[in-house]
Amino acid sequence: MDRRHFLAGLSAASLLALSGPARAQAPRKLLILVELKGGNDGLNTLVPFADPAYRRLRPRLAIGRDDALRLDDERGLHPSLESLMPAWSAGELALVQGLGYPDPNLSHFRSIEIWDTASRSDEYLDEGWLTRAFAKHPSPPGYAADGVVVGAADLGPLSGAGARTIALANPEQFLRNARLARSTAGTATNPSLAHILRVERDIQRSADRLHPGREFTTAFPAGPFGAAVRTAAQLAANREGISAIRLTLGGFDTHANQAGPHAALLRQLGEGLAALRGALKEIGRWPDTIVATYSEFGRRAQENQSGGTDHGTASVHFVIGGQVRGGLAGRAPALDQLDAGGNLVFTTDFRAYYGGLLEAAYGTPAGQEVGVAQPLRLLRA
Amino acid sequence: MKPILGAAFAALILATGPARAAPLGEDGARHLLVRTGFGATAAEIARLAPLEREAAVDGILRATGTKATLAPPAWVDEPFFPFHKFAALPAEERMAEQRRNAERAFELREWWLRERLATPSPLAERMTLFWHNHFATGQQKVRSGQLMYRQNALLRREALGNFGELLREVSRDPAMLVYLDNAGSRKQAPNENFAREVMELFTLGEGKYAERDIREAARAFTGWSIDRDTGEYRYRPFIHDGGMNTVLGRTGRLGGEDVLEILLARPETATFVTRKLWREFVSPAPDEREVERLGGVLRDSRYSVKPLLRALFLSEAFWSSANRGTLIKSPVDLVVGTMHTFGIRPLDLRPAATASALLGQNLFAPPNVKGWPGGEAWINSATLLGRKQLIDRVFRGNDGMSEVAATQAPANAMAAEPQARLRRVMDRGLASYAVDWDRFLRDVGGGDAQGDRIARLVLAVPPGETPVSGAAGPELVRQLVADPAFQLR
Repeated sequence: MDRRHFLAGLSAASLLALSGPARAQAPRKLLILVELKGGNDGLNTLVPFADPAYRRLRPRLAIGRDDALRLDDERGLHPSLESLMPAWSAGELALVQGLGYPDPNLSHFRSIEIWDTASRSDEYLDEGWLTRAFAKHPSPPGYAADGVVVGAADLGPLSGAGARTIALANPEQFLRNARLARSTAGTATNPSLAHILRVERDIQRSADRLHPGREFTTAFPAGPFGAAVRTAAQLAANREGISAIRLTLGGFDTHANQAGPHAALLRQLGEGLAALRGALKEIGRWPDTIVATYSEFGRRAQENQSGGTDHGTASVHFVIGGQVRGGLAGRAPALDQLDAGGNLVFTTDFRAYYGGLLEAAYGTPAGQEVGVAQPLRLLRA
Repeated sequence: MKPILGAAFAALILATGPARAAPLGEDGARHLLVRTGFGATAAEIARLAPLEREAAVDGILRATGTKATLAPPAWVDEPFFPFHKFAALPAEERMAEQRRNAERAFELREWWLRERLATPSPLAERMTLFWHNHFATGQQKVRSGQLMYRQNALLRREALGNFGELLREVSRDPAMLVYLDNAGSRKQAPNENFAREVMELFTLGEGKYAERDIREAARAFTGWSIDRDTGEYRYRPFIHDGGMNTVLGRTGRLGGEDVLEILLARPETATFVTRKLWREFVSPAPDEREVERLGGVLRDSRYSVKPLLRALFLSEAFWSSANRGTLIKSPVDLVVGTMHTFGIRPLDLRPAATASALLGQNLFAPPNVKGWPGGEAWINSATLLGRKQLIDRVFRGNDGMSEVAATQAPANAMAAEPQARLRRVMDRGLASYAVDWDRFLRDVGGGDAQGDRIARLVLAVPPGETPVSGAAGPELVRQLVADPAFQLR
């Protein structure tokens, strides 16, 4: 029996006795990560419409000054993100600019691995950054799971054996099938079998603490991402806690004819996040939830001849939540100082972003898990 | 563990590793069959068991063909529907065309599943799927059943043929040119998508080239396009960048064909492909020294695939007891292997295709150009429960169907879930996926030792949970297929 299993079996009272008085700090928040799979084009998400270099780099794809949703005199959001404007006006939406890392890798697969494990560009780590964080600072006993991955095959930042993570499409279906999981006590030397046994145990432990979805008056958008957002809201309403939820919106690898598909993706994202905000307000969880996006990279500053953009580097990301300090954060990469490959030079290390998320969500000193000393400050004072 | 099963599996473990000149025995025969094909029946095992390793392996390699045995859907010979005409359609007709494409993708999946069950050479189909995963191409972007079919026929033709030839042909394959955007890549601003993936995923592997090599190679591949009306490959000299470029240290007026030869000349290419084949056939953790040795076999044969597979199947690692049952079944392995092993032959294969998709392997629609990651990534709580649900449906027989209806969530709660419709298709369709128990048990035979024989047929390693004592026949099978060990091959 491992330590977590042991702890899970104890009553809350005996645990208090074990761990001493509860630490006096802000209540633990729910972190909802949204992966923008494929590499979102940051330049056409937070648009630097006043910069002449932007028009020069994007003769076909540039979003015009009059079309962008103006945030200040120089920048505006892509017009498809209109549904995020209420959160912006309420000061609950932060746009963190210039996120990236030194010596960027332009492979989808390697770069998302770097983001998922919060590694350096030349470092190979096995476990996701959230898994490492939960291994070190476990979720409180009684939680249904450390992490829940909704509607994706890969566990991303929650991969690895150090955290209790389940994947599901929706709680009803998960619970309907969970009765088929078996409690096989044994461990195995065969690593594939050991993996299956571990997943089976995690299913059983979470199934005891998940409750079928509640209904919301908030309407969720149609389509897979809307369905995933609805599931996230149901999980947020679960009586037993969950520390982190990961959602995925795919299709951002826009090498050709980008304008239409990118607009549709951002619309899905904006409408989904707006619905999430509505639903979490409805159940009173909005003040203690932080929603944050990430992606393997942004896209090349210069558009290509196919009306699209190739793989790039730094990009902008969204952080949204009831206590999030809204506004533009970080510094936008300079469009007239591209690197040798024609790519944006990052201004904020993504590990400082992750550190900020850990600190904001769980109050954990984050430095070691993600390898940075100075996490970004993401909450209002 | 029930003593009788324990003894059987102990014998299995002791029996591995003896001289190559001994007969395979039933356990060895089963191992070779499930690794090179999809599942294994008692009759197939009995045929192979008396053979020695070399004879058995050579027999399997000799049997591979280059064409499917079953006729594809009739529409594959219809003319290609040009993309520019699609864009010009009124919205309603465009929707209809999209629906037709989605339907055709399903018909291709059903045809391919049926071929796996019908073929005399499951290895040829396993390798065709291996290359589909290696040169991953998805119909969502290609949007043409004809182009997807033509690529599939190419992958099958060279499945055990020549990797160099396959690489050259795939690079000119219309579905690939569309999927990785090369069809529209022009000299003024080349599209790097194909140039990057051909190095990272098809030949060298990540980190074995520089960003500059990709940019230069992208220039070399400009002009490799398709004919907009026929969908055939077409070289367009006017958009090709004919200037000097340097790729991996070689300089000249390089065309795409030169870049491919440069990639094939690098030793990394052979080891990269060999390592991936090891994970497909031997174990999740390649032995790097063996990969080097086997990579040499591939290079020495100028990328001929069969000599490499022969060396791989005759390697000690392939037969090692430590590597038995260490591969996690893919959804296709699980679905097709189960149908084959238990003789499940329904008229309609759409529920099987749907099941594979729901479990994470939607053929002709890989998640991205890297293909399905495989291995442990096949199993998370969602997919493991999906597998258990599928097994439960198939093996429980008709007596459980009322329970399915009762546990079905109300329609409105499921309406927002896009997979719900597919799930219902699968649930309803699986009612006709029945095991012919009389025939299965007759084929297994074995009298008093039948329990043993069943366990050794169904599982690659001993069950994690001892079957309830006294369980026999269908009840024993139900317990074994519910065991975690059933997910392994």
